Amino acid sequence: MASITLEGLRKTYTGDVHAVKGIDLAIEDGEFVVLVGPSGCGKSTLLRMVAGLETITDGTLKIGDRVVNNLEPAERDIAMVFQNYALYPHMTVYNNLAYGLKNRGFKKLEIEERVRKAAKMLEIEEYLDRKPRKLSGGQRQRVAMGRALVREPAAFLFDEPLSNLDAKLRVQMRVEIKQLQRRLKTTSLYVTHDQLEAMTLGDRLVVLSAGKIEQVGTPMEIYARPASMFVAGFIGSPAMNMVPLEYLQTRGTHDLLNDLPADTDTVGIRPDDMRLSPPDAPHLIVDSTLELFEAAGAESHLYVRLADSDQPTVIRVSGQPPVKEGETLRFYVTREALHPFNSAIGLRTGD
Amino acid sequence: MVERRPFLNILTHLVLIAGVLIVAFPVYVAFIASTHEPSAFVRGVLPLLPGDNMFASYRQMLSSGWQVGGTPPVWLMLGNSLIMALTIAIGKIAISIISAFAIVYFRFPFRMLAFWIIFITLMLPVEVRIIPTYAVVANLGMLNSYAGLTLPLIASATATFLFRQFFMTVPEELMEASRVDGAGPMKFFKDILLPVSITNIAALFVIMFIYGWVQYLWPLLVTTDEDFYTIVLGIKRLMASSDRVPAWNLIMATVTLAMLPPVLVVLFMQKLFVKGLTETEK
Repeated sequence: MASITLEGLRKTYTGDVHAVKGIDLAIEDGEFVVLVGPSGCGKSTLLRMVAGLETITDGTLKIGDRVVNNLEPAERDIAMVFQNYALYPHMTVYNNLAYGLKNRGFKKLEIEERVRKAAKMLEIEEYLDRKPRKLSGGQRQRVAMGRALVREPAAFLFDEPLSNLDAKLRVQMRVEIKQLQRRLKTTSLYVTHDQLEAMTLGDRLVVLSAGKIEQVGTPMEIYARPASMFVAGFIGSPAMNMVPLEYLQTRGTHDLLNDLPADTDTVGIRPDDMRLSPPDAPHLIVDSTLELFEAAGAESHLYVRLADSDQPTVIRVSGQPPVKEGETLRFYVTREALHPFNSAIGLRTGD
Repeated sequence: MVERRPFLNILTHLVLIAGVLIVAFPVYVAFIASTHEPSAFVRGVLPLLPGDNMFASYRQMLSSGWQVGGTPPVWLMLGNSLIMALTIAIGKIAISIISAFAIVYFRFPFRMLAFWIIFITLMLPVEVRIIPTYAVVANLGMLNSYAGLTLPLIASATATFLFRQFFMTVPEELMEASRVDGAGPMKFFKDILLPVSITNIAALFVIMFIYGWVQYLWPLLVTTDEDFYTIVLGIKRLMASSDRVPAWNLIMATVTLAMLPPVLVVLFMQKLFVKGLTETEK
């Protein structure tokens, strides 16, 4: 158990490619932190730097109170779960779990005890004598987690561990990882590009873009108050609609736009904050044409085009409202649903 | 071809049978010739059924050799060939797998240069460099020794290249996982890489064993002592009697015996061999 502290962490590859551009982050003991961002944002590189698989160009990395910048992965007291599991193909599941312990000079009896315990926790006891290729994707995933678990490390590092699984299994494993982490209270750093995975798993999210931190916060903080247009577009699905303030002003049905921060020029509205029936609170009224109706079971997505503009916009409503494509829809937005942004700098205004 | 028509079935079988006959018939004739008396083979009409001279021919070749032609017993030559083929096969694999490991998994200055230098030696088989190589071996006093027979043939660019290609397909995460598991480079090599390459090693072993077994020119040059004659050399010496009728029964008995070890190696390692050449188990 330990905290992880990143101070000004940088990674520069030869040829002046800056993959990670100065990350400051403090992960508390027992916390589950998710690094999330689009591909190429440096999140995997950052994780691999923490693991010791990539060298650190600049900055300080501490696990617990130790500076571990120049330590080998094995000396950092971390365990890693890889995207493609990286199980040793010629070893049985038992030996896959035991290998790290053997290398650390554990006694045979203790290895046996730890492996059994981890296998029980992950319900892979009956596969202990099999080779990895005889296992299904989900079972391999469990073995990969077991290999991390038996070591009882100071921190778990997960590198997109669920992205090779099918959708159903992914949800199941997501829940299991969360429960396991709650039970063990081991500090965890988890990398994913899936915003839903990030929202549901993390105690805190770190949204990365182009090697820099965009925002750090609890999932709901980030969802409720995205600090930049990038975060607003990345977290939440379907993505937040961005409407120019000018457009709303010309349609100006209400003076509730007046108290937006001074340099606001774009307003973000979540698809589920666009109501088809007028709320009690003061609200904007916007007309639009329905272009595409997408029924997704419990909810529907309405792809509309705002009246007198070619602004594409998505509305999410529960159930299936009685609307037809081509129809003119009127929707209502309250003041609380407006997220003010300045599009020139891409940040939230009024912070 | 996915078609399964009876006519095609018959045709493919005919082609296969014809192929087998073409390959197997000379081998059969060689065996038959070894079971007849010396003159049977040169009478003009080839006997196609085994004769009664079989045990005599084989006993003579195995026990005493053919003193007239200056050939030691086949046992000795088979032993020499076996030592030579095994040393070459194992030596080639050991050296090339370590070179490939260094080239793929370590970043050192002139890494690619080292690789290309190894690769270029493909253009320099023994036959090309035979005189300088002979000079080196002779100056080192290794004529008429197993070291002289095998050392110059051990370095192998082909095997290094093969292992390099294979190592590059082994997922990098395997190495990273073992690093996290506390294995150093040599431990990773021994515990993970070697077992994963076992089928490739087996396939190479078969190829290299046969390469070593059929060597002719090099043993001919470096051995003058009949204690170091290899079986291929022995066959040549049996035939090289210009002033006599060759003892075909003895020659063919030796040939048959010489064919056995490679056949056994292929038979026993066939499963691994095919696996190593076709599938990659990762």
